[in-house]
Amino acid sequence: MKRLGWHGVCVVLLVILLYPVAWLLVSSVKPANEILSDMTLSLVPDRFAFGNYTEVFKGAAGIDVWTFLSNSMVISVGSVIGNVLSCALAAYAFAWLRFRLRGAMFAFMIGTIMLPIHVLLIPQYTIFQRLGMIDSFWPLVLPKLLATDAFFIFLIVQFMRGLPRELGDAARIDGCGPIQTFRYVVLPLSKPALVTTAIFTFIWTWNDFLSQLIYLNTPDNYTLPLALRLFIDQTSETSYGAMMAMSVLTLLPIALFFFAFQRFLVQGVATTGMNG
Amino acid sequence: MSKSTKARGQGVAYLFLSPWVIGALLLTIGPMLASLYLSFTDYDLFSTPNWIGLENYRRLIEDDPRFLTAIWVTLKYVALSTPLKLVAALAVAMLLNRASRAQGFYRSAFYAPSLLGASVAVALVWRVIFQDWVADPDRSLLVIVTLAVWQFGAPMVIFLAGLKQIPKELYDASAVDGAGWWRTLWSVTIPMLSPVIFFNLVLETIHAFQAFTGAFVVSGGRGGPSDSTLFYTLYLYQKGFTEYRMGYASAMAWLLVLVIALITALLFRTARKWVFYAGER
Repeated sequence: MKRLGWHGVCVVLLVILLYPVAWLLVSSVKPANEILSDMTLSLVPDRFAFGNYTEVFKGAAGIDVWTFLSNSMVISVGSVIGNVLSCALAAYAFAWLRFRLRGAMFAFMIGTIMLPIHVLLIPQYTIFQRLGMIDSFWPLVLPKLLATDAFFIFLIVQFMRGLPRELGDAARIDGCGPIQTFRYVVLPLSKPALVTTAIFTFIWTWNDFLSQLIYLNTPDNYTLPLALRLFIDQTSETSYGAMMAMSVLTLLPIALFFFAFQRFLVQGVATTGMNG
Repeated sequence: MSKSTKARGQGVAYLFLSPWVIGALLLTIGPMLASLYLSFTDYDLFSTPNWIGLENYRRLIEDDPRFLTAIWVTLKYVALSTPLKLVAALAVAMLLNRASRAQGFYRSAFYAPSLLGASVAVALVWRVIFQDWVADPDRSLLVIVTLAVWQFGAPMVIFLAGLKQIPKELYDASAVDGAGWWRTLWSVTIPMLSPVIFFNLVLETIHAFQAFTGAFVVSGGRGGPSDSTLFYTLYLYQKGFTEYRMGYASAMAWLLVLVIALITALLFRTARKWVFYAGER
């Protein structure tokens, strides 16, 4: 009985917590006027308006929604590749190799995790402007190739430090240098940390708003969050339905990632104290 | 190992580090120094910056009431959202901390908003659901606070991991002593969990100071109504990237770093009084 009560409390809390998400899903098939006058936040539409989705696929500002989707995808996948590669390389050096500046460099790297990006934003913008890269994807992807997300270096270092040292000794006896040891021993064993890095990079990049807002100027290069923002500025009240439908589409990849990898995600947060 | 192979080992280490080193020099250290310099200039992106000394800082503090509003709004947001989020996180973590096969499911489900909540899409949903509050200067900030509290899942997962580390014997001893639920909470759970509470508090505070997306979306990028949601970062964005007063915005960025560093230092000072590390006397 006590057990049932516990489930009851958990489920009630969950329903309250996830209500806005459910409301979003339902509203995406409601007519616009019903959304705005929806004071009771009902989950049952009076009338279905699947046209919201057809309107979304017509695009915004004269641009196809697939363009926004593929822009978001290119930036997110590029960031994933960049982060996993560059952070794994740096993490291996910090966790497994000895070099003179290791202590100082490691301390600096940890320090940058907490640094507010606002203090770098303006000079970085100036650099990319001089390079003619404003309104392209480079300012968003290039930093990831250079391991600027120090948080993930830390995450992978923590994992690599936990790998048994004997494996490195065995590899050395078999004639492996540091590079082969990385390639054939440490990298394959670090897969869980690399997967966690990949998933979080994807979701955070997909959700990212500030840097995309700053660097992407023309609607052709807009990502989904920026395209959604067009709705706030431009549309009249009649396109609230389409706005909700597009929000659903934007959240869909995150939801899929969540269902596929929730164990990795929750484990990643629990072991590193990572925050979204 | 001979001297030459040792030196080669060092060389290999720097090879692995090279992307990070390039990034640290060109995209972190360089920009940090540059923005510090720019904060003493009238830089506007298009013309050469002129040195104006402390003028930007003086103007911010003496001549810019909106800047003071932005500080006030941000402090209110941090002071409201951080404790509420942590209390919600701890409460749900304690609720979930029991032997049950369903625990994993609940943990994931309560965590989900932390992934979704940072998006423009969910901020838009908040804007529509709370449309009456959004238009009211007295309540608009609360819309963004609730959006932040809704994402208590990440600290909750960390709390839950911490709760599992507390030795069962302590709870048994507490029960033997006849302590009730409330007493046990304050004499066992919270002291034992205090390092984790401190960790979450520091992280969430630093995070809250930098909040941007929610305020931008809910207020349509303007920080309104009547500047009631003019977050610090939002004002910085307006100055730097819509008015291109980049010297001014750089000064704002450094003041933000200063404030965050100060508050973090303050939290560390108070930590000595209430954070308890097991094995320490």
